[in-house]
Amino acid sequence: MIVDAFYAAPAVLILALAVYTTVVRGTFAASVGFLAYGLLLTITWVQLHAVDVALTEAAIGAGLTSLLLVRASHRLRESEAAIRAETPGLPLKLAAGLVAGIVGGGIALAVLTLPEPAPTLAPQVAANLAATGVGNPITAVLMAFRAMDTMLEAIVVLLALVGVWSLAPDRAWGGRQGPRYNADPDGILAFIARVLPPIGIVVGIYIFWIGADHPGGKFQGATVVAAMWLLAMLAGLTDAPPIRRRWVRALLVAGPLAFVAVGIVGVYAAGTFLGYPPDAAKALILVIEFALMPSLAFTLGLVMAGAPERPEEAA
Amino acid sequence: MSEFLLAAAGFVLAMTALGLVRALRGPGDADRMMAAQLLGSGSIGALLLGGLGIGDRSVIDVSLTLAVLAAFASIAFVTFAPRDADRDEAP
Amino acid sequence: MSFALDLLTYVAVAAGAFFYLAGTIGLLRFPDTLTRLHALTKADNLGLGLIVLGLLPHAGGVADALKLVAIWLLVMLSSADAGQLIARAARRAMRRGEPPAP
Repeated sequence: MIVDAFYAAPAVLILALAVYTTVVRGTFAASVGFLAYGLLLTITWVQLHAVDVALTEAAIGAGLTSLLLVRASHRLRESEAAIRAETPGLPLKLAAGLVAGIVGGGIALAVLTLPEPAPTLAPQVAANLAATGVGNPITAVLMAFRAMDTMLEAIVVLLALVGVWSLAPDRAWGGRQGPRYNADPDGILAFIARVLPPIGIVVGIYIFWIGADHPGGKFQGATVVAAMWLLAMLAGLTDAPPIRRRWVRALLVAGPLAFVAVGIVGVYAAGTFLGYPPDAAKALILVIEFALMPSLAFTLGLVMAGAPERPEEAA
Repeated sequence: MSEFLLAAAGFVLAMTALGLVRALRGPGDADRMMAAQLLGSGSIGALLLGGLGIGDRSVIDVSLTLAVLAAFASIAFVTFAPRDADRDEAP
Repeated sequence: MSFALDLLTYVAVAAGAFFYLAGTIGLLRFPDTLTRLHALTKADNLGLGLIVLGLLPHAGGVADALKLVAIWLLVMLSSADAGQLIARAARRAMRRGEPPAP
């Protein structure tokens, strides 16, 4: 009974929050709802024994999405009243409700009609886990069995940064991203931005390190490290680098390039792109992970820093 | 013992989620932010209780991640909150 | 010994849960932003601290126990700073006369 209640509580709360986030007026109130939604989702993933996903949700939801949403809601503040004044007519509301209902109903139907037991590749993963040399089956899937997907994901993050950069006005092209933040150097924000990042970077690297055998990995670890970098930026302790610098470009592409290089090695060593020779699998996975982690942290930090808006010299 | 921990997890989660009524009512954005902050630390407590209740120790790492990032939303909130006409104030 | 440790868990976790309850009641019932903030920052530190204390016997190792304590210390640091920062934002908003008195 109690166990059921523990499992049911987040599910009920998530549904209530979904309604709240949609219905509430005011973007900041909706953002707070979405932050809470992320926290509850983290708990739900743990309940489903998907701790790797919970870790991702915790890092992205609490670290990066919060910054994104709070900042967006602040930017929208001025136009908010005007948008609220435009009340859509009844036909539009009905149409939107109908579309949402069809999509929601379709997803519910798909979930309910899943065969029992659900199709799974888990036994194959477990049977071939030893060949990869890693102990965490999720890492084995991400880095060996479906390494192609992971490589494309790493490249997608890079493309997202290209999208952010493309928002630069001409005069700021090649310059620094986001505003220059000015916090009191003796204030509380500067204090936490000095105390927290050393701890946070250690935690980020730890999450990255244990990914080989336990829930964790480079995406989650890189997200925590990126969040610490952003914290130092917000407190004015450091600044985003000018994006025209060659070392910036080099650091951004180093990880994805290493991934592609290992893939090409696989063509010759194992007969297929991203194939690993059995006795070198763990070593090649480590090469990719170590090359990708700094690039990912750097890329995620810059994605969150905002569009370039200052020429380099106006630092 | 396990049932007790799960019950405590559910209780802490339900209580802190109840605090979200404050996010609904406001009146100020600071009040809304507080509700999120409370749910943040409540989630850490509930995760630890629930995770150790079902015997999954890897939740400690999830909680550690949440704890490192616990102040992040509030920091973003203060950094981007409007700050006109108070230059005299030393933050 | 094990009975004493179990008792510690029951008492500390129940007390921790009580402080979370107190924090929520304060957040919902106190009359203005700054008093609500007071309730919040006191309650969640103590609540999580007691829960961590109660869970220490179940951590299953020194490393995990240290991580539990680290979580509590990190949340205390974050919560104290967030409290200061939110209070500042609330005061700025009050000066602008932004939120109507509840």
